[in-house]
Amino acid sequence: MLETIGVASVDDLFGDIPAPLRASGLNLPPPESEAELADRLCDLAERNRVDLAGFLGAGAYRHYVPAVVDQLLLRGEFYTAYTPYQPEISQGTLQTIYEYQSLLGELTGMDVVSASHYDGATATAEGALMACRATRRERVLVSHAVHPHYRETMRTYFSGGELALDEIPLVADGRGAGTTDMAALERMLADPDRPVAGVVVANPSFLGLLEPMAEVSRLAHVAGALFVAVAEPVSLAVLASPAAYGADIAVGEGQPLGIPLSYGGPYLGILGCREPLVRQIPGRLVGMTTDVDGRRAFVMTLRAREQDIRREKAASNICTNQALCALAASIYLAAIGPHGLRDAAAMGAARATELETALAAAGAPRLHSAPYLNEFAVRVPDAAEIHRRLLHRGVLAGLVLADVEPGDASLADALLVCATEVTTSREIEMFATALREEIERGRQLALSGIASGAFGADDAGAAI
Amino acid sequence: MSAAGNRLGPTLFERSRHGRGGDKVPHPPKDALARIPAEHLRTEGPNLPELAEPEVTRHYVNLSQLNYAVDTGFYPLGSCTMKFNPKINEWAARLPGFASLHPFAPDEIAQGTLQLLWELEQALAEIGGMRAVTLQPAAGAQGELTGILMVRAYHRSRGDLARTEVLVPDSAHGTNPATASMAGFKTVSIPSAPDGGVDVAAFRAALGPQTAAVMITNPSTLGLFESRIGELLEAVHEAGALAYMDGANLNAIMGRFKPGEAGFDVMHINVHKTFSTPHGGGGPGAGPVGVGDRLLPFLPSPRVLRETDGSFRLERPGERPTSIGRVRSFVGNAGVLVRAYAYIRAHGAAGLCEVSDDAVLAANYLKSRLAGVLDVPFSRPCMHEFVASGATLKRETGCQTLDVAKRLIDYGFHPPTIYFPLTVEEALLVEPTETEALETLDLFVEALERIVGEAHDDPELLHAAPTSSPVRRLDETTAARQPNLRWRGMTGSQTPCPD
Repeated sequence: MLETIGVASVDDLFGDIPAPLRASGLNLPPPESEAELADRLCDLAERNRVDLAGFLGAGAYRHYVPAVVDQLLLRGEFYTAYTPYQPEISQGTLQTIYEYQSLLGELTGMDVVSASHYDGATATAEGALMACRATRRERVLVSHAVHPHYRETMRTYFSGGELALDEIPLVADGRGAGTTDMAALERMLADPDRPVAGVVVANPSFLGLLEPMAEVSRLAHVAGALFVAVAEPVSLAVLASPAAYGADIAVGEGQPLGIPLSYGGPYLGILGCREPLVRQIPGRLVGMTTDVDGRRAFVMTLRAREQDIRREKAASNICTNQALCALAASIYLAAIGPHGLRDAAAMGAARATELETALAAAGAPRLHSAPYLNEFAVRVPDAAEIHRRLLHRGVLAGLVLADVEPGDASLADALLVCATEVTTSREIEMFATALREEIERGRQLALSGIASGAFGADDAGAAI
Repeated sequence: MSAAGNRLGPTLFERSRHGRGGDKVPHPPKDALARIPAEHLRTEGPNLPELAEPEVTRHYVNLSQLNYAVDTGFYPLGSCTMKFNPKINEWAARLPGFASLHPFAPDEIAQGTLQLLWELEQALAEIGGMRAVTLQPAAGAQGELTGILMVRAYHRSRGDLARTEVLVPDSAHGTNPATASMAGFKTVSIPSAPDGGVDVAAFRAALGPQTAAVMITNPSTLGLFESRIGELLEAVHEAGALAYMDGANLNAIMGRFKPGEAGFDVMHINVHKTFSTPHGGGGPGAGPVGVGDRLLPFLPSPRVLRETDGSFRLERPGERPTSIGRVRSFVGNAGVLVRAYAYIRAHGAAGLCEVSDDAVLAANYLKSRLAGVLDVPFSRPCMHEFVASGATLKRETGCQTLDVAKRLIDYGFHPPTIYFPLTVEEALLVEPTETEALETLDLFVEALERIVGEAHDDPELLHAAPTSSPVRRLDETTAARQPNLRWRGMTGSQTPCPD
């Protein structure tokens, strides 16, 4: 090869690197054989604990994934293919993306669903930016009950421009406590000097509650704003769809559709819209067309919105999508079917009812009273400590809400817990029993603490 | 090519038959939803297809066979680094300890993944010559956005609000200018010099107190190392601006050039290029970003931290107020990063250096062999890829680069990247990678030689190509004018189902 090139050594090919800037190798460990590497990876994987009774949701959900999903994802023709820029030899990827767009269209009711974004958080941020472009307004309202990571991501995405992001507060108490405050939303929308481009509300909310989405839609539209709904796709088998309650843009996290938890990614950003907004939607789209022989074929389309064509004027800088994750979601939906998806969602609700009853009996009642589907917050004294103690008893007791919302007094001493169709009655019983014992233990400790305090006071008294 | 002879089948929706499938999860009690007020519930179910598992399986296996892929053939796709994806990586990412770990799992039960991520950060920092790395960005483009938002935060932290421009060479990836816009900057395009490098005079003239950053791809998208890089970086820093390196072409320079040590302040890395994680038909990837001292305080949160006792933890919300914040949910595409980690450990220091050497050797070999077949505008040694041009061929035969590319499909090859970079007429950007055997490279050269012969003798063969693929050239105009982006069973507007 060197002879064909006409150089004496490989070093000669790097002559353009200026001598003072040349590096001399890497300071990294030596190579490993596959057998050694496999051993190392097993060791690392085993240092994670995934065998606990898990009640964590909070934006990423454990579901049953039919075996056929991963078997098909392992087809090298899918996972080692590039972006389908050459449609003649990419019809497999292209048709699966078109089908993904169609399946998510059925779930959300949106006319157009993009070929996918990175995750729920970035899809939400892109949905909000899209509302600004479409309305030529510069202010977005987001409910405080949207996932905190989504709100943080939106703030980051908004930090580059002149756009404003304001949070809609939650109802403080009463029947609707924890849901988005409609009166506050109406006031915020009424400011004539700061017209609103989009209103972003999640259903179910981060706290698991069902929001008054039809009312949000009405208020947003009266003010000339677009309504961006953050939806959870499995729940859409049983809950009203974003289109049904009037959303203009639907976004969400597609991970529950057959994608492993994998400590946070890769996941699947769902982003869809009504037809009139199609030219504002960022990211890839695949359309059906014909080839020169008149046969049905699929192709990436409306590409004039994208960065490789429009450069600095593109709708977004997004270049990739999460094609393989979108494929996983499609295979999952095809394998589980409409009845299976409904069963998964309804079974999650049934298990959650069981969980609510068991936890309340153990001394951890619900924090809110608004309706929920399969996730809810419970009041637990000294939540962080009890969560830690339960972990050592084999129970992953949901999320300590104060860990993600440290400044929110209403969420101090609360756990966010969730059940899905894979949650078992035995796990629920184990959680409730351990929780009851730990709450009791905490109470005993507190009593003895008071006793020792009293003892100290007595001492002091004795000293007097 | 495996796809030859295969034809499209019906969509999932056309295959659906009422009552099929639906036995994957247990049936819930009838009153499962009774506690939920009716106004929240869906009135009719989503119209999803109903299929039994054999039909689902055949549907997807047959579709997969319509695809070209690295596992089926050579993919000389410039700027995309379509190297082989080792199978051990797929196995590793599926280990239950990695795949089933919840992203909110307390640090205490996530030590394996946290250690892996921390070690990967260290390795990438060493490869890039950077001070620290964030693994959070989900893709290269998001890495760019992360980097440029950090640049913005840096200037703002110094009260320097006048820096509103980002300089981008005209040969750059489209994501560079799109990223600058998204981060609130104005893009200033810098022309290329005749030798393919940045025009240094134009570059100096554009730099000033209004410049926030310069985005440089090195090696450039022409596959050339920017030999005056030291001079360019000095000028950037003299002007008070920061230097962003687009690390898309890192596969060429591991162990030979460390961007951070050379003076770059920030760089993203596409692990789905250099570190062999699969492209997945368009994603998912991951876009770690390395920074030098200047941008260290601004890294996205949460970072992975190692405690003095050797344990690992995630940064807590609000722990580092200078951070630009989150760019996505959770810590990043951990499942993808497991694969990148496995690749780096398998190769080790010597192996990674060899990867770059072999990638550059393969590209120069192909370039030398093709010099007599197509135009090769830059004669100096290339890095891991090179640009060829079909300009002469077009003039002589009327066959364009597009035709050559499509004819390559009939010869069983994925075409190279075409019409990019925008600065070269009738461009073909060829990147063989280090994982192709010499005989594969030779077959590719032979195919191009024959195609060039055909262009002279029977150009219609090229205009009509491809003819062996599942479908032929597509009507992209109608696709864009009357977009059909979703199956609607009721409208009857679909093209008839293929038989």
